[in-house]
Amino acid sequence: MSDAHFVQLLTPEGERVSHPDYDLEITDDEARGLYRDMVVIRRLDVESTSLQRQGQLALWAPLLGQEAAQIGAGRALEADDFAFPGYREHGIAYCRGVPPASCLRVFRQVTHGGWDPYVYNLAEPSIVIGNNALNAVGYAMGLQRDGAENAVMVAIGDGAMSQGDVNESFVWAGVFQAPVVFLLQNNHWAISEPTERQSRIGLYHRAEGFGFPGVRVDGNDVFAMLAVMRAKLARAREGSGPTLVEAFTYRMGAHTTSDDPTRYRIDTEVEEWKLRDPIERLRAFLVRTGVADTAWTESIDAEADLLARSLREEVLAMKGPSPVSIFDHVYAEAHPLVDEERADMVALMGAQDAEALR
Amino acid sequence: MTELTLAKAVNEGLRKAMEDNSKVLLMGEDIGKLGGVFRVTDGLQKDFGESRVIDSPLGESGIVGTAIGLAVRGYRTVVEIQFDGFVYPAFDQLVSQAAKQHSRSEGAITPAIVVRIPYGGGIGAVEHHSESPEAYFAHTAGLRVVSPSTPNDAYWMIRQAVTCDDPVIFLEPKVRYWDKGDVDEDAPPAGLHDAVVRRAGTDATLVAYGPSVKTCLKAAEAAQGEGRSVEVIDLRSISPLDVDTVAASVEKTGRLLIAHEAPVFGGMGAEIAARLTERCFYSLAAPPLRVGGYHTPYPPSRVEEEYLPNVDRLLDALDRAMDF
Repeated sequence: MSDAHFVQLLTPEGERVSHPDYDLEITDDEARGLYRDMVVIRRLDVESTSLQRQGQLALWAPLLGQEAAQIGAGRALEADDFAFPGYREHGIAYCRGVPPASCLRVFRQVTHGGWDPYVYNLAEPSIVIGNNALNAVGYAMGLQRDGAENAVMVAIGDGAMSQGDVNESFVWAGVFQAPVVFLLQNNHWAISEPTERQSRIGLYHRAEGFGFPGVRVDGNDVFAMLAVMRAKLARAREGSGPTLVEAFTYRMGAHTTSDDPTRYRIDTEVEEWKLRDPIERLRAFLVRTGVADTAWTESIDAEADLLARSLREEVLAMKGPSPVSIFDHVYAEAHPLVDEERADMVALMGAQDAEALR
Repeated sequence: MTELTLAKAVNEGLRKAMEDNSKVLLMGEDIGKLGGVFRVTDGLQKDFGESRVIDSPLGESGIVGTAIGLAVRGYRTVVEIQFDGFVYPAFDQLVSQAAKQHSRSEGAITPAIVVRIPYGGGIGAVEHHSESPEAYFAHTAGLRVVSPSTPNDAYWMIRQAVTCDDPVIFLEPKVRYWDKGDVDEDAPPAGLHDAVVRRAGTDATLVAYGPSVKTCLKAAEAAQGEGRSVEVIDLRSISPLDVDTVAASVEKTGRLLIAHEAPVFGGMGAEIAARLTERCFYSLAAPPLRVGGYHTPYPPSRVEEEYLPNVDRLLDALDRAMDF
């Protein structure tokens, strides 16, 4: 990658390199923490794919390969920042403290949500591509009016860059200098369509046309991701406006468990990206510099296995909601039609009242 | 009691809503210095500042999408869509986000936004400036849809919509913007979703909302001259529907006519007819009849008088109901 704007602090071989604009001061504990985060979310991701294959989830959208992009961005957020994810941001949800099983409630289809956005300062996933970008900018406009020194992060992808909503969100963010960072995970594939089908130019270049900076980061380098996201979120918090951060990464798995990537991409491309694996490069760095040894990495693997097992147990215990619950939160205020139809369902099911069906 | 035009009544209602709650914002195209193309927001930016009355970039999805994000942060944004036919770019945000965020978040988020849309025809406008899109929104669970027909209702209903915790589509009958009426600033005439009887009658029930209410009252007056007593109900709320008020009338009159400017096929008249037929089957002396737009694009305005539910078409339908 010869592009001067490509920010990398850790090479695929695990060599620490410097960049003129971005540096990362990081303690050994923090470095080990990033490694642990990535190993855990990969393990939980693999477990979730298995759960889907075993018929326990309706669907799963694997993040395999995007661990550094998500952990670097997720760990750059401060507690009072607010994030708007897409449906593949399990790593960001993990960083926000969302219990992994809550993330799977959507994929087991017991809900369309999963968690209380205000508990974790993380919105529910947006499945309609690009809707969340406008919602995020609106939230950021709210921060401005509150005089709050926080930032908003919104996750979009290479496909989303073609959506009108994302482009409108860039207009709004630029015009109003909204405190938002657009985390663009360019994982190279929008289901079967390569990035070239979305854009003739590098995606981060688009930001300039909207009047704010764009930067391309090695999305498989957790140090670079953390450094750049910290800097851009700080920039937003201090009132200097939005940034587009393109995390240059790769979707190693399928789009979702309903997808078959062998129909549209060649193995050699996947093999090339395997050599840039985010976890392997950090492991190489940690071991070579003596920050961690094999015994420690093995202990992390074992810990991740335990978390995967408890995730499985929680998912298997997850029951579907009561049918009458579909009427619970259609409106915040009373609505006669919803009440009438709830009563119809209760009567049809031969119950005394709605509570008897819960 | 103050006499105001309907447009000014919305303006005064918005002013009061903004005075009552500092979290209330306005956003839309040309609503600041210009005061909106219909001047509904005239003077509000001057009094409340550019941070609360926001001239937005030109993008309807952007207007609604950012208003939803502001709601997640605790703001109540009243957005203006300049004309009915320009709301469609925002349709996705309204249906996929505004309508669903409360449910999706299991009650945590209250996407309280008000989407003001000047709607309907009769003003001699060009294409996309005379449409009636209410059925699209009424079909979507999670949205509320209302339409005032008088200045007093406009003043109170916009205030009620702003305090509502759900997203409200607020349809303003643009052909009635300059009609004057008394506004009682002390007490609301009814709840946001209550229908009201505008004219009492015994032979037939004529149901309408928004711009068609006045047309229906004219038709009822003309019918009176022919010895027919027509009750006119102003629904005020399109979703939810106040079925009880209409049913009480139909049980008395035995005949139901529904008027709206939107095309009849798949329109609100179909829903009202079906519900009232279920509720009042044995009281009906004739099938419910609908008078509205044809199954055509909104026509060039030189022929809109023939497209709209005018007095002649309403009297013709009344004849058919009476002669059935």
